[in-house]
Amino acid sequence: MALLTVSGLGVTIGTLSPLDDVSFEAHKGEILGLVGESGSGKSLTAMAVMGLLGRIGGRVSSGSILFDGQELVGLRDSSYRRLRGKRIALISQNPMTSLDPIVRIGAQIDQVSLLHLRLSKPAAKARSIDLMQQLRIPDAETLHRAYPHQLSGGMKQRIVIAMALAADPDLIIADEPTTALDVTIQAQIIQIMVDLVRARDLALILITHDMGVVAQACNRVVVLYAGRVAETNTTQAIFASPCHPYTASLIGCIPSRDQAEGTLLGIPGTVPGVLNYPKGCRFHPRCGDAMQVCARTVPPTTAQPTGSVACHLHEVVT
Amino acid sequence: MLLFTVKRLLMLIPVFLAISVVIFMLVHLVPGDPIDNIIRVGATPAEKAALVARYGLDQPIWAQYVNWFSKMVQGDLGDAIILRRPVADLIAQNLPHSLALGSLALVFSTVVGITAGAIAAIYRDTWFDRGVMTVILLGSTVPSFWLALLMILLFAVTLGWFPVSGARTASALVLPVLTIGLGGVALVARVTRVAMMDIARRDFVMMLHAKGVSRWRIELGSVLRHAMMPVVTILSLRIGWILGGAVAVEFVFARPGLGSLLITSLNQRDYPVVQGCLLMLAIAVMLGTLLGDIVQAIMDPRIREGMK
Repeated sequence: MALLTVSGLGVTIGTLSPLDDVSFEAHKGEILGLVGESGSGKSLTAMAVMGLLGRIGGRVSSGSILFDGQELVGLRDSSYRRLRGKRIALISQNPMTSLDPIVRIGAQIDQVSLLHLRLSKPAAKARSIDLMQQLRIPDAETLHRAYPHQLSGGMKQRIVIAMALAADPDLIIADEPTTALDVTIQAQIIQIMVDLVRARDLALILITHDMGVVAQACNRVVVLYAGRVAETNTTQAIFASPCHPYTASLIGCIPSRDQAEGTLLGIPGTVPGVLNYPKGCRFHPRCGDAMQVCARTVPPTTAQPTGSVACHLHEVVT
Repeated sequence: MLLFTVKRLLMLIPVFLAISVVIFMLVHLVPGDPIDNIIRVGATPAEKAALVARYGLDQPIWAQYVNWFSKMVQGDLGDAIILRRPVADLIAQNLPHSLALGSLALVFSTVVGITAGAIAAIYRDTWFDRGVMTVILLGSTVPSFWLALLMILLFAVTLGWFPVSGARTASALVLPVLTIGLGGVALVARVTRVAMMDIARRDFVMMLHAKGVSRWRIELGSVLRHAMMPVVTILSLRIGWILGGAVAVEFVFARPGLGSLLITSLNQRDYPVVQGCLLMLAIAVMLGTLLGDIVQAIMDPRIREGMK
C-alpha cells in the first residue's frame, strides 16, 4: 500500500486556483520525482502535503491527501504539527536561507528531536552529531557549535538533511534540494539521498526540474505542467517512451553527446501563469502535436501499461 | 566580545575629537560677544581687554581649543558667564533629572512598544492589529507639548492624580514619562510590527513550521528575536534624543533638565554652559550607539565576526 496517496488535489490562493486535480502515490523505499518547469505547481504540491498552504494564504479546495491511512486535508493544525518534522519532513530549496542565521547549527538540529522524540538535551546533541557523521559532515562535534554562515552551501544542505532526518520520518519531501548548489556538490547530495532511502526504507518525493537528476535517482516520475499532471510513469518508461509531448520535449532538452555543437534545445514559449491558463489542454499553445480538440477540452487521464497520461493523442477512442 | 567592545570604544575616540572641535567652533562662529553681556556699561577699552584676557579670549583660537579640551577631559567645563557657577555643577544638578525622565521613558516605550508591535504582528490584518496601529498612528502624530497639556488637564487638573508641574516628588515623573514615552511607543511598535512581518516571510521561518515547531514559539522565540535588531538600532539612536530632546516637555511641566538648561543658556548666550550641554548630549548619543552595537553583536554572530 502506498504511504502517501494524493488524489484529485486542488489548491486555491484567494480567487486563483494554481493547482487542480493532481494525483500521485509515494511508496516506502522509493523516490518519486515531481518534475516540471518553474510555475508548474511542484512546490505548491509540497506545501499542501506539509499542511503549510495557510502560511502563504492558500488552501486545499478539493481532493484528498491520505498519509498512512490518515486523511490530512482538514486536519487540525495541532495534530498536523505532530506529523510535521516527525513523520513528514521537508528539505527546502535553498540551504542558504533555510537555517536561522543567529542560532547555532547544532541547536537547530537538536530542536527536532527535543520536540518530537522528547529526548534530553545531551541525548539530542549526541543524536545530531551521530546524524551529521552519517551524512559525512567532517568534524561534526565542532560544527555542532558553528553558525550557518561559517559553512559552505553543500554543508548547509547536509545540515538541512540532518534536520529532516532527526525525528526519523517516514516521508521526506525534498523541494529542489540541489538547485542552489554547485554541480559537483549536487551529485553528492543526490547520492546521499538515494542511499538514505535505501538504508532507512523512506519514501522520498524529489521535486526537481532537472531531468538528469530524475534519471539518476527516481523510481517513478510525475510530470506536472501548469498545475496539472501531464504524465505519470516509471523512470524507465518515461525516458524510453514518453507518452506526453511535454515529457518528450523535457527529455529532448537534455544535451546529448552526438548533438551538434552550439545547439541547445529548449521548449518554445513559457509556462503560462495562473492568471492565463489556456482552455483545454494547458500545454497546447506550446505543443508541436496540438490538434483542434486540444484547445477545447481538457484531456482525460488514460491508463498506460505502467502509468497514466493526460493527452488527447493517447485518448482511447470508443 | 571584549575585543569587539574595546575596538568599538577606540573607534569612538576620533569621533569624540571631531565633535569637540565642532562644539568649540560652533560657539565661536555665532555672532555676538559674551564679553559685551557681562561688562558694565561705559567700561574703558582697557577694562574690556583685561576681561578678554581673563577669559583667555585674546589667545589664538587653536590655543583656546587646546586649553578648553585639556580642561574638559579633566572634568572642568569652565564657569558659566551669566549664572557665575562652574558648568560641571550646573550639569551635575540637571543631568539626574534628565536621566530619570529619559531612562523611564525609554523603558516605558520599549516594553509597551515591543508588546504592542508583537501582538499586532501576530494578529496581523485583524481588528486588533488595525486598532493598535490606529492608536499608534495617533500617538506618533500628536505633538508632545500638546499631548502634555492635555494630560495635565485631565490627570492633574481634573482628576488631581498627579502634580501639575515640578520635580519634587516621584509622582511628578509620571506625566512627563508618559508624554515622552508615548512617542517612543509608536515608533518602537511600528518598527517591531514591520520587522516581524518581514522576518515571518523568510525561508528559515517556513522551515521552523515544517519542523513542527508551534506558531507561538516561532513568533515569540525566533521572529521576535530577529525583529529586535532594527528595534535596538532605533532605541540606541533615541537615547541621546530623549536626554536632550525632551525640552518642550520639560518646559510644559516646568522640570529642570539638560534640555531646559541648554535652551536657557542659549538665550542668554552663556556659551560655556551651551558647550557643556552639547558635549553631554554628544556623549549620550555616542554611548547610545555603542550600546546598540554591543547588544546587536551579542544577538547576531555575524556582526561579532565582522569585527575580527
